[in-house]
Amino acid sequence: MSDALTYLDHAASTPMRPEAIAAMLPFLADHPGNPSGAHAAARVAKTALEEARETVAEVLGARPEEIVFTGSGTEADNLAVKGGARAARRTDGLDGVVTTAFEHKGVLAAAHRLEREGFRVEEAAITPAGRVDVDDLAARLDDRTALVSVMGVNNELGTVQPLGAVATAVRERAPRARLHTDAVQAVPWVDVATLAAGFDLIAISGHKFGGPKGVGALVVRRGIGLDAEIEGGGQERGVRAGTVNVAGAVALATALRLTHDRRADETARIALLRDRLQAGLLAAVPDAFVNGDTAHRTAGHLHLGFPGVESETLLVLLDQEGLCAAAGSSCSSGATEISHVLASMGMDRGRALASVRLSLGYASTDADVDRALALIPGVVARLRAPARV
Amino acid sequence: MKVLVAMSGGVDSSVAAALLRDQGHDVTGVTLELWGGASDSGCCSVSDVEDARRVAAQLDLPHYVFNFAEEFDARVVEPYVASYAAGRTPNPCIECNRSIKWGRLYERARTMGFDALATGHHARRTTAADGALELRRGADPAKDQSYVLAVLGADQLASTVLPVGEMTKTDVRTRAAGLGLRTATKAESMDVCFITRGGRTSFLDARVRATPGRIVDTDGTEIGTHTGVRAFTVGQRRGLAVATGARRYVVDVDAPSATVTIGSPGDLLRDRVQLGAVTSTGAPVEPGTRVDAQVRAHGAPQPGTWWGDQLVWEVPQPRVAPGQTVALYDDDRVLGAGIAL
Repeated sequence: MSDALTYLDHAASTPMRPEAIAAMLPFLADHPGNPSGAHAAARVAKTALEEARETVAEVLGARPEEIVFTGSGTEADNLAVKGGARAARRTDGLDGVVTTAFEHKGVLAAAHRLEREGFRVEEAAITPAGRVDVDDLAARLDDRTALVSVMGVNNELGTVQPLGAVATAVRERAPRARLHTDAVQAVPWVDVATLAAGFDLIAISGHKFGGPKGVGALVVRRGIGLDAEIEGGGQERGVRAGTVNVAGAVALATALRLTHDRRADETARIALLRDRLQAGLLAAVPDAFVNGDTAHRTAGHLHLGFPGVESETLLVLLDQEGLCAAAGSSCSSGATEISHVLASMGMDRGRALASVRLSLGYASTDADVDRALALIPGVVARLRAPARV
Repeated sequence: MKVLVAMSGGVDSSVAAALLRDQGHDVTGVTLELWGGASDSGCCSVSDVEDARRVAAQLDLPHYVFNFAEEFDARVVEPYVASYAAGRTPNPCIECNRSIKWGRLYERARTMGFDALATGHHARRTTAADGALELRRGADPAKDQSYVLAVLGADQLASTVLPVGEMTKTDVRTRAAGLGLRTATKAESMDVCFITRGGRTSFLDARVRATPGRIVDTDGTEIGTHTGVRAFTVGQRRGLAVATGARRYVVDVDAPSATVTIGSPGDLLRDRVQLGAVTSTGAPVEPGTRVDAQVRAHGAPQPGTWWGDQLVWEVPQPRVAPGQTVALYDDDRVLGAGIAL
């Protein structure tokens, strides 16, 4: 990353950890083998792939044979939601899908697909603080529920979700349901094995924690049947065909291991930076407001709004000064869409459009916070001044 | 000067950005996301955004996408649908220039501290001897787009730059090719950007229930029926599914009674046109001023006299469809515009 940039968009993508780059390079440069082959080169690739699988399993509290590598977090979510619901309907005749209103599009779009296939799909309500309303979710469960999907950490707000309470409610009211969590945003901040204990399906994505883009993984607990989305040569136990991205899997595993081992130290350090950033911005812009439950928030997220400022405009001016941040989620053209996450919390449109996400990560420094504090209040003031004629 | 260039992904705005950069301005490109619906033509598809982004990258300019889809829907698409349903013939491109490009975008550019907004329109901004800003036809008569900018006022002209207005389209393409821009040979968009391949009628029918009605002659005799007034425009000849022998034109569309009246070319002639929502590019046009008036994007201007809210033609002209913009010119200078009532 260029030294000139102040990068406060770790929730969108993190810089790769140098160790992860080093770990993947031999599989780009030196080892041509296909892990499905039967010769020396293939064995090198196969060994590396299986070691990566063991690492991922250990960190996520699963067995190696329960790890399926995918091409992205979105693919893992699609496989879990569509594959899980379809298998439950095929084998058990179940037809209900319950998710939440503020899931990542990877889950919501998959659920909408299932709705078109005849599933009853419901979205649980979100509290004004940006957490899933577990009572509302529980009321939507029944003994015909095929699949429940609740994210671990909301990608925009950084709010950590009460997955334990979700699991309890699901086991009580929908005992036959497959239970999935999109944990893509959770990995840097919380121990996913603990957060998602009792979940059948757990999706992660390499580039959210210092791994590469283009590789994800899905935990599929033993005994949980999934209908494959991609069919072919039977790789990944027939659940996800296609030659596995060996270099990507190796790098994902390396980054996951480091993230896990360093989590306590890194989150403590990042929380101090984030708290200083938040306090500084609120002091400089007294009417700024913070979105989401700060008592259940990751160490890296700061989602806040500046009344009277359009986030789309603010982000352009910050970018022109070399500060990278985001608002909402990006659509294919790069335009900012109205955030369905903020809408799900019942936030009014004006406040939603005035809100931006600053997200820190393992690479964030004191200098980043200094730069943001030196820059943002001034830009906000400029945007609030009457326009020049 | 800090300039925001509206880049549609076409060749004209690509070259506009390049020219400003080469003149030493601090240039930022922006592409507007205007339409969330399905459209395979026009100015807002993902591939056009990508073309604009790539051209900006090639020119080493920062580039952004602004999502104005909601404003576009509220201020351009909905009025367009309502206008057709009311039997009128709107011009959505002009409304977009008025309320989106020189409305929402222009305001935002100022708020962000830009000194000017630039586009790739073929029109020229000039300065009169007394310092007043003027809007004039583009140098390439075949590509002149001053008509669709005729609704701009002095406030808007003040911070507007039209870099390709002095160039012919051939010059623009040559320049783009010389710079190696990917848009150099790109075809021009000719259609309303949000109308899909299915066409205007199906677009409107998906939004407003069409009321079938009668087609009558000027003496009131019913000579046919139609499925809805939205398919008819005053002055239209093609598509009249009635067999009458002589050349027949739509001379009136009455939405409340769902009646379309057709007549001879002579029935269509009017000696004047009443205008509403009148604007001027500078000082208001004095009543009694002789003007040339243009009633469509590439129509031939016709002489007349302006009387404050109506234009009296020198010789009777075919009736202007209600909803269409009439642009008033003095030679190649745009004086102002109004919407035919």
